[in-house]
Parts: sequence; C-alpha cells; structure tokens
Amino acid sequence: MSQPLLEVRDLHASVEGKEILKGVSLTVNRGQIHALMGPNGSGKSTLSCVLMGHPTYEVTGGEVLYKGKDLLEMAADERARAGVFLAFQYPVAIPGVTMVNFLRSSLKALRGEDIKPAEFRKAFKEKLAELNIDESFATRYVNDGFSGGEKKRFEMLQMSLIKPELAIMDETDSGLDIDALRIVSDNVNKMRGPDMGVLLITHYVRILNHIEPDVVHVMVDGRIALTGGKELAHKLEAQGYDWLTKSKEEVAASV
Amino acid sequence: MSEAAIIQDIGSNYEYGFHDVEKSVFKSGRGLTREIVETISEMKGEPDWMRQFRLKALDIFLKKPMPTFGNTALLNAIDFDNIFYYVKPSDRAEKSWDDVPDDIKNTFNKIGIPEAEQKFLAGVSAQYDSEVVYHKMRSSLVDQGVIFLDMDTGVREHPDIVKKYISTVIPIADNKFSALNSAVWSGGSFIYVPEGVHVEIPLQAYFRINTENMGQFERTLIIADKGSRVHYIEGCTAPVYTTDSLHSAVVELIAMEGAHLRYTTIQNWSKNVYNLVTKRAVAYKNATVEWVDGNLGSKLTMKYPAIFLMGEGARGETLSVAFAGKDQHQDAGAKMVHCAPNTTSTVLSKSISKDGGRATYRGLVEVQKGCHGAKSNVRCDALLMDEESRTDTYPTMKIDEPGVSIEHEATVSKVGQEQLFYLMSRGLSEGEATTMIVNGFFEPFAKELPLEYAVELNRLIQLEMEGSVG
Repeated sequence: MSQPLLEVRDLHASVEGKEILKGVSLTVNRGQIHALMGPNGSGKSTLSCVLMGHPTYEVTGGEVLYKGKDLLEMAADERARAGVFLAFQYPVAIPGVTMVNFLRSSLKALRGEDIKPAEFRKAFKEKLAELNIDESFATRYVNDGFSGGEKKRFEMLQMSLIKPELAIMDETDSGLDIDALRIVSDNVNKMRGPDMGVLLITHYVRILNHIEPDVVHVMVDGRIALTGGKELAHKLEAQGYDWLTKSKEEVAASV
Repeated sequence: MSEAAIIQDIGSNYEYGFHDVEKSVFKSGRGLTREIVETISEMKGEPDWMRQFRLKALDIFLKKPMPTFGNTALLNAIDFDNIFYYVKPSDRAEKSWDDVPDDIKNTFNKIGIPEAEQKFLAGVSAQYDSEVVYHKMRSSLVDQGVIFLDMDTGVREHPDIVKKYISTVIPIADNKFSALNSAVWSGGSFIYVPEGVHVEIPLQAYFRINTENMGQFERTLIIADKGSRVHYIEGCTAPVYTTDSLHSAVVELIAMEGAHLRYTTIQNWSKNVYNLVTKRAVAYKNATVEWVDGNLGSKLTMKYPAIFLMGEGARGETLSVAFAGKDQHQDAGAKMVHCAPNTTSTVLSKSISKDGGRATYRGLVEVQKGCHGAKSNVRCDALLMDEESRTDTYPTMKIDEPGVSIEHEATVSKVGQEQLFYLMSRGLSEGEATTMIVNGFFEPFAKELPLEYAVELNRLIQLEMEGSVG
C-alpha cells in the first residue's frame, strides 16, 4: 500500500500547561474521508489547530507524519504550501482586506506564482455560483460582518479554489441551515477523489448523511476512544456520547 | 534573506536616508540670534513689516515656555543652540529641473518628484533645506488666476494678500514653535484660488532636509476663495543622521464661503527629525476643510491639525494615520472648534505602534454656545503590534450648547495571533500576513489618497513591516 497521507502517532498537546490531547493516533489515506466525532471539549478542535500549526498549542509528545515528513517541524504557512488546509470553525475577520485581494495573495503564496487575472476571475465566479454566494462578496472585507453561515461558505470557497491534499474541516456544519449544509456537502463530494484526504470534524451526525465517511473516529477526553465504519455514526446518533465516557473496557464490551 | 539578516535589517529600511554633500550658497552659524533673524530678512529682501514681524516673533519665542504636554522629555532635549536656522542651497527657485543644481536634482529624481509632476500633478514646489529650489504650475491654472508660489515670492509679489492673512489663523504667540517659525520662516507655499475656480488635480509641495542639525521652518498659507476647490499635498523626507534636525512648520488654511479645501500630508521624515508643526484652518459658511494626515516618520511628531468652523453649515474632517516604530513617538490628533450653528466635524484617527514605538491621540472637540445643530463624530482606532509598544488617547470635549450630537469612540486592538494564524494557514508568510493586516487597518485612510499615493503608502508599510519580522 502507498504511503499514508497523514499519520498521527500518540500525539500529546497542551495549551497554557493544560494537557488537551492525551495520545491521539489515527491514519488518513488519500481518497478517504475520516469523520472525527466526539462531545464538546473532547479535543477535536485542538487536534485541528495542532495539525495546522497554531502557535498557542504546545506539542508535548508523539509525532505527525504528512506524506512521510515531520509535519510538526513546519510553520503554518509551510504546511499550507505543502497542501494542508484547515476550514476554520470560527474564521476571523481581517478588516480592510478585500476577499479578492486575500484570495489572490493566498493563491499566489501557495502556487509560488501570480495567478492570471482572467483565470482567477473565471474560477472565482464559478465557485461563487456553486456555493450560492453573492458576487458583492468580492469587494467585501474578509469575514468582516459576515454571518456564521457566510463565513462557512467562504471557507468552502477557499477550499475548492485551493484544492488541498489534506483538508481538515473543523465543524463546518455548525451554524449552517439545511440548504447551506446541502450546498457545502455537495461541494465536498464534488472535490472528493483519489488524491485528497479529508478529516471532517463534527459534533453532529447530520452532515454525515450528506457526506459519507470511510472511517469514523470518536474522540473522548483527548484520545480516540473508538474507530469504526459509518455505522458507528448512526449508533452515536441513536445513543449520544454518554456511553463513551465509561471506561475503555466497558466501551469495548458494549460494541 | 536569512532570519539573522532580516533581524539585522530592523529599522534600517528607510530608503530616503542618503544625503548630498553640502554645497549651500549660504549657511548661518549654529544657534538663534537677532542677527540671524535680520540676516534672513535682509537676504530675502523683505519689506520692513515682515522684518518687524520676525523680530517680534523672536522676542515671543525667547519668552515662551516649552509645551508642558506631550513627550516633554524629548522636547526638553532639543538643543536650540546646535541648530542651523537658515541654509540656502541655491540662488533661486527654478522653473525647469535642468536649471536646478545636479545634486539637488538627483535627490528629487530619486524621490520621484519630476516623474510625479509629469503624471498627475497640477503644480509642484520642491524645497531643499531652507529654500524652494524648483517651482512650477501648469499654465492653464495661471490663466485662471490661481496663485501657487513659494512663500518668499508670495511676500514679494502679493504683499497685500499675505499681510492681510498671515498669522490671522495661527497667532505668532500661539505656542513656542509657532513663534519660532514666525521668526525664522523660509520657504513653504502661498496659494490663492480665485472665486469659483476648481483646481481638479492636486498641487504638491515636497520638503527635503539635507543638512545635519538643520532647522526647516516652512510657512504655508492657502486661501480658497468663495466656491473654489483645491487639493494640496505635501511630502517630506530627510537623510539619516546620528544627531537631530528640527522641522517646525506653520500652515494656515482659509476656506471662504462654499469652498472645498483638502490638505494631504505624507510625512516620512527620518528618525532623527523632530516634527513640531502647527496646522490650523478656518472654514466659513458651507465651506469644507479636510486634513488627511499620514505620519510615518520622524523621532517625535507633535501635530494636531485644527479646524475652526466659523460659518453656518461648515464642515471639517480630519483623517489621520500614524505609524510609530522603534524610537518613535507620534503624538498627533485633531481639533475641531464649532463656532457656528449646524456645523459638522468628523475625526478618524488610526495608529499603529510597533517595536516599542508610541502613538498618542490628542484631540479636542469644542462646541461654543449658540451652535445649535452641531454634530461631531470622533473615532480613534489603535493597533498594537507587540507588548513593548504603547498607545494613549487623550480626548478633550468642551460642549457649551445643549442638545448637540457628539460621538466619541476609541478602540485598541492587538494584531491578533488568530489573524496571523488564519492568513498563514492560507500560505502567507508571517511578514506578508502582518503587512496585509496593517494595510487593511490603514485602508480607510489609503482610499482617500490619490491612487499613486495609496500605492506609495502601501509600499512604505510593506518596507516597515516585512523587513522587521524574523
């Protein structure tokens, strides 16, 4: 089998001295969509931040290999240029910077060369239409005054323009109404292919009815408590997360 | 560039820090005496009233105490005895760049003035140390009766207008530095726009200090007659020296009924220049005055452009940005004085402090009794780039009329780690990300500048930001 896209091995990470990740291990191969589920506070978003290289989080143990290379050695911008993308749960506003300026700068940085204006305009317009985003967005400032749903759709727009190899989607479904959820899901399904791996972080099963995962992980208290197929998601939908907070042995026995 | 080289580069990105070998045709001794004031007046061939004006101002300067606000430690470190008060670089202001001495011409070429003149300016004045060395305006404006001269020529050719208006907006005794300027002023611009004339493209003056320990004291007077329009732009740079120079201008603006007068400054002095400037405007009935004030350079700037709204319906606007880097204190602000009913004022101040730099907003909004219907809106946004830097806001309000609308809002933000992380996660380097955030912060200011200046501003910010991120 070919080299895994992402290998997380016994990853420990802390923020302000408090350990949040307590030994996470998982492997994502190209072409796969992994759902990472779990109750609030279990460390899902921390994992996404650590994988993207957020400076606040301190890795205290374990390793992360991306295409066989040490991901943790790289700064956030290097990870981005290597093909890693994070769709943020709470994207920040950058006042005074227009969407178009931001997108073009980003694409230029990622590709190492300027994108031709005509090529950019065409791709941008297509994505706006696909994601049902108004064209006036072009001149608005990045995430400034956007509704929660608008921010999420803008994250998706970036993801589909950037075409990452590893996409980490951090609760992209939260705050989306049913129509927006369908649009976002369609977009991910369209991008889905043999080259891209996706780590889809979610609290709810809802999005998994639109995007079918290959693997489902459940994270509890900073560890992967359970890994299974898509049927695991339905079990969670029916039973909630409470049963998972029991001891490991009990969990194993109850499956 | 390696990280070490980039770190070494911090603060050395100032690209106008070169200087020419000094070849002045006259240079006063160091220090200020009655004799020097008389020499300046004599060399300029001034009428007696101007000579008396200067001598009176000298007496006031010598008696006046230093300001007791602002950065008093830096202010009191000024050594008035070490300054050259008058350095004459050439014999006259030329109308063709070919006639300007080569060194000086090359300097202005490097700064890009002749090129800008050809492309998008209606008139240009270039001052080098104490005197204007080049001056020209498009002939179409001459035909319409527009006067755009260096101030010295203004005194010679239009003594009646100058005598009528000079120091009417800023009295000699306004403050110690307005008195100093009145005593030793040299150069600056004199502009008169006749009734109803619209000067559609900007007039620009460029100020360059070359001599070490130079004091540059330009004096500017702009009169926009009824219903006229004019936009004046000034830019400034100086060489990097280890000892200090002083720039102390007095700028008086008069906007008659219905006139529209905009004054834009891109101040980019080197970090050894004290920039202590008094700027004030009066706006009569339905007139508009706008100060667009960018402070990027200097060691200490103290400047609070003021607008006195004298006539009903007058409007004042100040839009200012300040960039305070290592060893810089930008103490800037705005004053709006409502002296008539239904007058409006707007202040937007944006500052960035970085590498231990300090930015201060000092402002005044005054509404005098009887000014019903007055409206004022003040907004100050400060951005702190790191923990060593500092920002302060000192707003003063004197409201003597009930029921007027006064708003004041101040924000302080830090360049968020979250913003940097977001942009870096999209592939931008830390330097590129910081520049993007800072340019975005300055965007409300940049969009008020003519395109060429907005581009220049962005480029200067890029130089300041990107060289200094490790």
